[in-house]
Amino acid sequence: MKRNLTTYLSVVALSSALFACSGTSEKKLPIIGERETEERVVDGKTVVDTIYHQIPSFSFINQDSVEITDKDFDNKVYVANFFFTHCPSICPTMQRNLLKVYEKYKDDEQVAFLSHSIDFKYDTPSVLKSYAEKLGVTNKQWQFVTGDKKAIYGIADKYLVYTKEDENAPGGYDHQSYLVLIDPQKRIRGAYDGTNDEQVAQLFVDLEILLKEQ
Amino acid sequence: MRNTIFSLIAISMLIGMLIFSCQPHVSIETAQYAINGQKLYVTHCQSCHGAKGEGLGMLYPPLTDTAYLQKNRSKLACIVKNGMTGPIEVNGKIFEGDMPANAELTNVDIAYILTYITTTFGNNTETYTQEEVKKSLADCRM
Repeated sequence: MKRNLTTYLSVVALSSALFACSGTSEKKLPIIGERETEERVVDGKTVVDTIYHQIPSFSFINQDSVEITDKDFDNKVYVANFFFTHCPSICPTMQRNLLKVYEKYKDDEQVAFLSHSIDFKYDTPSVLKSYAEKLGVTNKQWQFVTGDKKAIYGIADKYLVYTKEDENAPGGYDHQSYLVLIDPQKRIRGAYDGTNDEQVAQLFVDLEILLKEQ
Repeated sequence: MRNTIFSLIAISMLIGMLIFSCQPHVSIETAQYAINGQKLYVTHCQSCHGAKGEGLGMLYPPLTDTAYLQKNRSKLACIVKNGMTGPIEVNGKIFEGDMPANAELTNVDIAYILTYITTTFGNNTETYTQEEVKKSLADCRM
C-alpha cells in the first residue's frame, strides 16, 4: 500500500490527541514516514535502532543554473514544496504564505527553503530566476530548482507529496500544496497545507519548536 | 430622576449611533452583487490577487489602485473574461506577465466580481452592471 502524507498526518493527529493529556512540558514534533528497526550487537548485548524515513541525496539545478544538492541543506532546518511558475490554482496562495515564513527567517542561516518546479518543460532556470525576483526573494536562502522529470517526481515521493502530470488539471499539473518541514537529519517533521491559514500558522509554531531542538 | 433621564438620553444616542453606523453607503442591489462577487472572487481571483486584493510581489498586481480602476472601468470586464498580457502600470509599478482568461464566467458573474472589486478594494459605490459588462465585452480590444 502506498501511503501519502495525508495518512501520516491523520495518524499523527490521532496520536497527539491521545497523548495530549500525558502532561509533557516540552512539545516535540513527530517523525513522519515509515520506519524500520535494525538490531545490532554492542558489547554482547542486542541493541535495537530505529531507522527513520529520510530525504535521500539529490541534485538539481537552481534559478542561477547552479547545482543544488542535499549538502546545501546540511545542518539546516528547511521547508520544501512543489509548484510551477504559471500554476493558476493553488500555487500563488501557497507561495504567498511561504514568503511570510521566508521573510520572518530572512538571513537566519539555520533556516532554508526549497521549491521544486514540477513543470520540467517550461520552468527553465531563467524562468525560475525571474519568478523568484518578482516574488521578492533576494538571497540564496530560498532555492527554486528544476531537474528531469524522473528526478523531480521521484523526490516528491520521498517528501510524501503527490505530484502528477495531468492535462485535465489547471495548468497541466496536479499536485498537493504541502509545505514539508525537514530537520537537519533530513527527516520529515511536519507537513502543512500551504493554502490553509491555520496550518500555515502551525508551521510558524512548529518551526520554532524544531529550531529549539537543535 | 435627572440621572435616569440622562442615562436614557445617553442610551438612545448610543443605539441611534449603532443603527446609523450600520447603514450601508451602497444600495441593497450593490451589496448583493458584492456578496455574490466575493464568492466568485475567492474561486477565480484570490489565489493570485490575494484576499485583500494585495497582489503578490511583482508577480501579480494588486487590485487596490483606485485610479486605475476608475480610469479603466470600461475595460475591466474584458480583462476578467479574456485575460491580458502585460506590461501594465499599477500603483506606479510596471507588471509584466500574462493573466489567464476566465472564459467560463457569464456576464452576471463578471458583474458580481467587478462590483465586489470596485466597491471593496476601490472606492466605488455603484454596481458594475450587466449592461456595462456587455458593452465592455463588445468593445474588447486587448
